[in-house]
Amino acid sequence: MELENNQTGQPFLKEYSYDLGVLDRGYTNRTLYINVGSYKIKEKPVTPLMKDKFIGGKGFGLYYLWQAVTESTKWNDPENEIIISSGPVGGITQYPGSGKSLVVTLSPLTNMPIDSNAGGYFGPFLKFAGFDAIELQGKADKDVIIFIDGNKGTISIEEAHGETSDTHILGGQLTEKYADNEEDRRNIAVISTGSGAEHTNIGLLNFTFYDVRRKGIRLKQAGRGGIGTVFRDKHIKAVVIKFAGVKGNLNHPVDQLTLNKTGIKLHKEIHDLDNAQNRMRKIGTANIIEVMDQYDLLPTHNYKFGAHKDTFKIASDVFISKVTQNSPDGCWHGCSMACAKAADHFELKTGPYKGQKVTIDGPEYENAAGLGSNCGIFDPDAILELNFYCDTYGIDTISYATLTAFVMECYENGILNQERTGGLELNFGNTEASLELLHQMSQGVGFGKIAGLGIRKMKAYLAKEFGADPQFLFDIGMEQKGLEFSEYLPKESLAQQGGYGLTNKGPQHDEAWLIFMDMVNNQIPTFEDKAEALHYYPMFRTWFGLNGLCKLPWNDIAPADNKLTDEPAKIPEHVQNYVDIFNAVTGKAIDKHELIRQSERVYNFQRIFNIRMGFGKRVHDKLPYRAMGPVTVEEYVSRQERYDKQLTELLDYDTTGKSTEEKIKVMRDYRESQYEKLTDAVYKRRGWTMDGVPTVEKLRELEMDLPELLEVVEKNM
Amino acid sequence: MIKLNNRECEWQEGLTVQELLKLKTFTYPRIIVYVNDKIISPEDYASTIIEDGDKVKAIHLMAGG
Repeated sequence: MELENNQTGQPFLKEYSYDLGVLDRGYTNRTLYINVGSYKIKEKPVTPLMKDKFIGGKGFGLYYLWQAVTESTKWNDPENEIIISSGPVGGITQYPGSGKSLVVTLSPLTNMPIDSNAGGYFGPFLKFAGFDAIELQGKADKDVIIFIDGNKGTISIEEAHGETSDTHILGGQLTEKYADNEEDRRNIAVISTGSGAEHTNIGLLNFTFYDVRRKGIRLKQAGRGGIGTVFRDKHIKAVVIKFAGVKGNLNHPVDQLTLNKTGIKLHKEIHDLDNAQNRMRKIGTANIIEVMDQYDLLPTHNYKFGAHKDTFKIASDVFISKVTQNSPDGCWHGCSMACAKAADHFELKTGPYKGQKVTIDGPEYENAAGLGSNCGIFDPDAILELNFYCDTYGIDTISYATLTAFVMECYENGILNQERTGGLELNFGNTEASLELLHQMSQGVGFGKIAGLGIRKMKAYLAKEFGADPQFLFDIGMEQKGLEFSEYLPKESLAQQGGYGLTNKGPQHDEAWLIFMDMVNNQIPTFEDKAEALHYYPMFRTWFGLNGLCKLPWNDIAPADNKLTDEPAKIPEHVQNYVDIFNAVTGKAIDKHELIRQSERVYNFQRIFNIRMGFGKRVHDKLPYRAMGPVTVEEYVSRQERYDKQLTELLDYDTTGKSTEEKIKVMRDYRESQYEKLTDAVYKRRGWTMDGVPTVEKLRELEMDLPELLEVVEKNM
Repeated sequence: MIKLNNRECEWQEGLTVQELLKLKTFTYPRIIVYVNDKIISPEDYASTIIEDGDKVKAIHLMAGG
């Protein structure tokens, strides 16, 4: 029912009420559509086709986005949508890592669909409030806040007044405002971004939830691809949802007992083994900082190197000493992996909040590696401060870190100088300059405005304005498809190059992380072996995003007898756990093969969506050479023994008397040809043409031969 | 010479699994070690001698991300 009049005397632009509905077998069978331009609010049914072929989560996001846009829609057109969805398994409290929200939109960085996931309570609350997904479309003419009361069944669009957009303040203010009392704050989830999202293309979406122990808000992020930029372009300040009454059976699963038993099994495993394995409960993903360094994989100085003598200063134990409580700390109910970490009472030394004592969520591995070693910064407090400001400004830490590392290399090569940066001495390791760049980005001023464009647009700017060599910029600018690389050094692992390059959204490691399997273990030596891994793992990991699940409990813990299984890398017992909990919630009867097919359907849909938008073909899967091998003499020399040996053994090339430049060229020709051969093998395994287009036969095999997909595919054959 | 993850690797008399892992800086906490296809438990790393020509695997399990 639509209520056009203001019912409460508050400045509502629109109020809407709905029946709370029924959640059954993981689905509410209904989604919510809100147009912030026209204030139209409506409910939509979830169709059998959506559930069968798209499952939920990012599957629903991609499905709705396809309906919303045309091939000419741009990220800042009102037609673009932001869709947030959990998934049928999302919101259970028995199995660790079941609170994820998946976000999909057209990205300002890549101009095609981006998906990113976040922890926190929003996705589950949305479902408990009665909706499997929310679509946000249109563009408001003034800043608005959307409030969903999931217990009363009301939705309001309100004019935003005076609130800052920086999340550590706004999130707290809105949590307090919409809670009835302190006890009620745990029932509030907020999504918002920050001032940086208003002035850059790398804005993120913060998912705020209330931490009862700390009596304050915590943040998780849907970081990648500029989703926050789209959010602020729509003049949405925040979406707030309130739901009281979380309990373990709200999904109305068909088999509660299996959910309970499967969850208890993993809780016990984590309890018994985590401390001897990855210490996720103690320090979270930051546990691998020094490990990456020891294996020469820690991105250092814009991915030139894989290790640094000062890494010990930012090793995991250093951060353990800075994380308050040193206790397990989760982002959704029932997650015993509990890898969220925070440093409390951190006094900021710079920026608009200088002198304030704040809580900083993190550091995650990506933050420490990106903001730290990749920019030559080995000061843990500086990393925490950068981490804080990225989050509250709504700036993606990964894109920020990778583009700053690029800027620093440009600075050290003379492409940039103090005159061009407005006085910033952006050498590797200059903490003050990095922080100042970030503060500039948040206001859209100075060189921060240029840097905030992202690497792809920055490369064009540097070539045009300063005559920089486009080939050198292409070689060292660590972006692909417009998205900045995440923080692993892929150049010595061909399979990881594929894990970054042969992806749907760009070089984010959430599709496949194969460095150990390939480079260290030598388990996938042939192109066909690598192609098989680059089929299975991206498909398996896509499935988490269809179901509102976190990837970490899959392989950041392993059963004690995992080593005795046929394929330890897949953690077969955990794969079966996922089959079991999916079936237990939905009442379906999938097996591990159907699980992969579920992902394949959505994965191929996303690929075809990219093609529809003018991307997603072989030419778009090319990598910058820095991701594949040594660009500069300095890089080659740092690993000369290894590279000389490879040239001799692999190519029968006599390095005697050869200049480093000559050897770099031979190495480059070889490695680029290897990547092409890998691309051939992966496309073949995935059922695509050699131009990267899914074939009609493949779509038929997957029962995804929908007319709109066939039209795009046939046009691009 | 031995084979380590199917690659040639230097060998010396009396080399133990523990010494090999240290030599290769294999510090990752989740490694499965096989010597000639037999799994070696971590508590036996120090006492397990690797012989010339042995086939050793040190399989690092994926994590991260």
